[in-house]
Amino acid sequence: MEHIRNFCIIAHIDHGKSTLADRLIQTTQTVSDREMQAQLLDDMDLERERGITIKSHAIQMYFPFEGKEYTFNLIDTPGHVDFSYEVSRSIAACEGALLVVDAAQGIEAQTISNLYLAMEHDLEVIPVLNKIDLPGAMIEEVSDQIIDLIGCEKEDIIHASAKEGIGITEILEAIVHRIPSPKGNPDEPLQAMIFDSVFNSYRGIEVFFRVFNGTLKKGDHVKFVNTGKTYGADEIGVLRLQHEPKKEISAGNVGYLISGIKVAKEVKVGDTITHVDNPTQRQVKGFEDVKPMVFAGIYPVETSEFEELRASMEKLQLNDASLVWEPETSAALGFGFRCGFLGMLHMEIVQERLEREFDMTVITTVPSVRFHAIKENGDVVKVSAPSELPESNTLSHVEEPYIRAQIITKSEFIGPVIALCMDKRGEIKNQVYLTSDRVELTFELPLAEIVFDFFDRLKTISRGYASLDYELIGYKKSTMVKLDIMLNGEGVDALSAVVHRDKAYEWGKRLCEKLRELLPRQMFEIAIQAAIGQKIIARETVKAMRKNVLAKCYGGDISRKRKLLEKQKKGKKRMRQVGNVEIPQEAFMAVLKLDQ
Amino acid sequence: MAGIYLHIPFCKQACHYCNFHFSTQLNYKSEMIAALCQEVEIRHGEISEPITSIYFGGGTPSLLAANELEAIFSALRSYFEIAPKAEITLEANPDDLDQEKLSMLKESGINRLSIGIQSFDDDSLKYCNRAHDSSEAASCLKLAKDAGFTNISADLMYALPGTDLDHWAKDLQRLLLFSPRHISLYGLTIEERTVFGKWQTLGKLDEVPEVKAADQYRLAIEVLSNAGYDHYEVSNFAKPGYHSRHNTSYWQGAPYLGIGPGAHSYNGKARGANISNNQTYMRAIRSDQLPIEWEQLSDLDKLNEYLFTGLRTNKGIDLNIIKEQFGKHLYDDYKALLSDFATRGLLTKTNNNIRLTSEGFMIADEITWRLFYDT
Repeated sequence: MEHIRNFCIIAHIDHGKSTLADRLIQTTQTVSDREMQAQLLDDMDLERERGITIKSHAIQMYFPFEGKEYTFNLIDTPGHVDFSYEVSRSIAACEGALLVVDAAQGIEAQTISNLYLAMEHDLEVIPVLNKIDLPGAMIEEVSDQIIDLIGCEKEDIIHASAKEGIGITEILEAIVHRIPSPKGNPDEPLQAMIFDSVFNSYRGIEVFFRVFNGTLKKGDHVKFVNTGKTYGADEIGVLRLQHEPKKEISAGNVGYLISGIKVAKEVKVGDTITHVDNPTQRQVKGFEDVKPMVFAGIYPVETSEFEELRASMEKLQLNDASLVWEPETSAALGFGFRCGFLGMLHMEIVQERLEREFDMTVITTVPSVRFHAIKENGDVVKVSAPSELPESNTLSHVEEPYIRAQIITKSEFIGPVIALCMDKRGEIKNQVYLTSDRVELTFELPLAEIVFDFFDRLKTISRGYASLDYELIGYKKSTMVKLDIMLNGEGVDALSAVVHRDKAYEWGKRLCEKLRELLPRQMFEIAIQAAIGQKIIARETVKAMRKNVLAKCYGGDISRKRKLLEKQKKGKKRMRQVGNVEIPQEAFMAVLKLDQ
Repeated sequence: MAGIYLHIPFCKQACHYCNFHFSTQLNYKSEMIAALCQEVEIRHGEISEPITSIYFGGGTPSLLAANELEAIFSALRSYFEIAPKAEITLEANPDDLDQEKLSMLKESGINRLSIGIQSFDDDSLKYCNRAHDSSEAASCLKLAKDAGFTNISADLMYALPGTDLDHWAKDLQRLLLFSPRHISLYGLTIEERTVFGKWQTLGKLDEVPEVKAADQYRLAIEVLSNAGYDHYEVSNFAKPGYHSRHNTSYWQGAPYLGIGPGAHSYNGKARGANISNNQTYMRAIRSDQLPIEWEQLSDLDKLNEYLFTGLRTNKGIDLNIIKEQFGKHLYDDYKALLSDFATRGLLTKTNNNIRLTSEGFMIADEITWRLFYDT
């Protein structure tokens, strides 16, 4: 155990976490150069394309040093606020963390919140100043930020360039010297924590765990404490580039468990694994059932594909335990599902995976947070779809979820950032200068306001120099109304939204304008109306198509013409007919793009 | 019924709207004619039935000299049986049609002229970079009649930039003075890789708005119907008995052979397209190769083609044919849609037939693709 080092990397997106991980793996010869694929740890296509790590994984490396062989477990962490609980569990599995900061960018909000998590868990933090080779590197300035933040000495900061291979050996040595070896007793009852899982279509769910106490042996009969389910440990092992089966994994180490689990829901990140026969009395602290923050309907474009969509969602859920859903019916869209997501990124990922991996064409309706509607009789109705909002005559008031948001930006952008947050009904709570030109602003904001276009606008107004982290703080009373959209007089429930009354007019107006852009002209005029109750608050018109016929079938080139028409028909497949109006898939997401 | 199309890929100058295949280099014209004749020879086995229509298109077939035209006819006669009353059309530009050229064409056996008038307005003609002016447009129609051509078709374009409904009404009236037997009307379509296309991307083209273009089209339908023309296809109008037989064969799924670069063929099962490059075409033909690409049609491809070509004509589509040849029941498959279209006055339906109305013709594409079957 004294030769094991468990650590993670804390970094902002693009600050070089994946590149550094690759370098460590390469330098310890865990993988040959030939096998080296850029950004090894991110193995979903989607992750590589977006350049972010969505699901965390772990990898074990061996590092011979000063005559001893050390075992490093690098536990990867997701880098998006949607997945902060998973990050906390990865951190809880480690004794140390590499704090990687881009020398040209400085510290970002996400990094700070993860760093605080690491410090809460008493992790030893090794600061690494990355990208020191860049011409824009501000070594002194960013070093000062780091010192301010973690209270280290200047000489503790390792200067590195993961891309150029600078500082890698120093990092490896620092891992040995500075990060404490795990504590724990291999002879106590088994106490291990699940920090991640992946779905393997041949072998079921693979569970990644960290053993705190006790020893897990192949063939053991184990229990997951929070779900109460029991399994046989069919295969256990460590994660090299490939899986390396082992007979046992002992206190302090990290490994994987395969026991034929079919459904991701049974594997809850943060849950404790113990033996059925000699169970531990101490659950690993910090377990939470992850709760969705954002809700939206997902519908097949073709009504006939509902069952196929259900099957796809079920498969998707096998390896995405945080996705929750239940059947829902929409007057406009027919049968579909109301889904809960961790956040907007998670929602986009689910939609994209449905399209890419399952070849489903889906409509995602206006996302919503979960409101609490308090009725006159005191009943509390949880509202995660506009249609669930009780009639106004039975409604006492509505409460909406609030967050505390930390935004770090350059001082020159304080004005615009505050203006944006005020516009989003936010209240400033604190303002701290981290350095002379970097400031951390704390706001309380309604979650509903950041669900839509907040990130994009924040980035725009700060020219990219602002980062955001947030946490839910509870519910507050708000004046919310249901805004409906009608096309040619027919309500389209999938376009309804619950919005703050002060913003309803503006919202309705802009949504009508956006829909006018997005709805293709049809054979008849389309009236787009926004209404609160019976009252129409905005109206736009899409003029009827007057002429659409290719003049000439030239020289018998009939194929070309047929293909042009077939292409139009294909385009229609991504549309949904509501009443007599054809609505393209992207129109349902129009609300997300009101500012573009 | 079978046709032959010959593509003459040369023009004196390029019109600003045209994206058809042509070259303005005329120095190798005779080599091209030799290649066309050779292609006729190579492909003579593809059609055995009598040829009922021949169509010289382009490009500008009126650039052909007497001996060139004779060479082509001689090749055609050697390898195909040409029906005695075959319709033989040649597309011509007004500036080529002097008395001498017209009598030569008449003698060679051409019995139908399709003249690219496009407009009687000098500003419009100049704007489009046409080679003729309004007086040539008028005189050629008279000269052609004098030369003994009775079956004359005239092309006019509407929705040209800068035109309004008055302009258009005048153009139609001037054309009607010559009472051509057949009229083709083409609404200006801005194509990529044309001067107009480029102007459009630069924002320099003042396009006629869709609503106005529709008004021009609607006016033409009204004026020409009143003048006794039968609106027998989206873009085509004819006096009784003067429908274009060649074009009609395209729409009826008859086989045709397309000779020349960029020409298209159909053999009842597959559609072929010759390469659209003069030099590559000639090189291939010289080495006895056919520079053609065939695309096999599935039954549903054929059905969709039948739907859109049929719906562009005033005969419409025959539901029995759809049932018998393709095993589909259009009425049942598109019940709600069809009655919606009918209610809007876009089409009329009887037991076995569906036809678009004039208003339906306006948005024929929009209607047709909705009735397509998934292939």
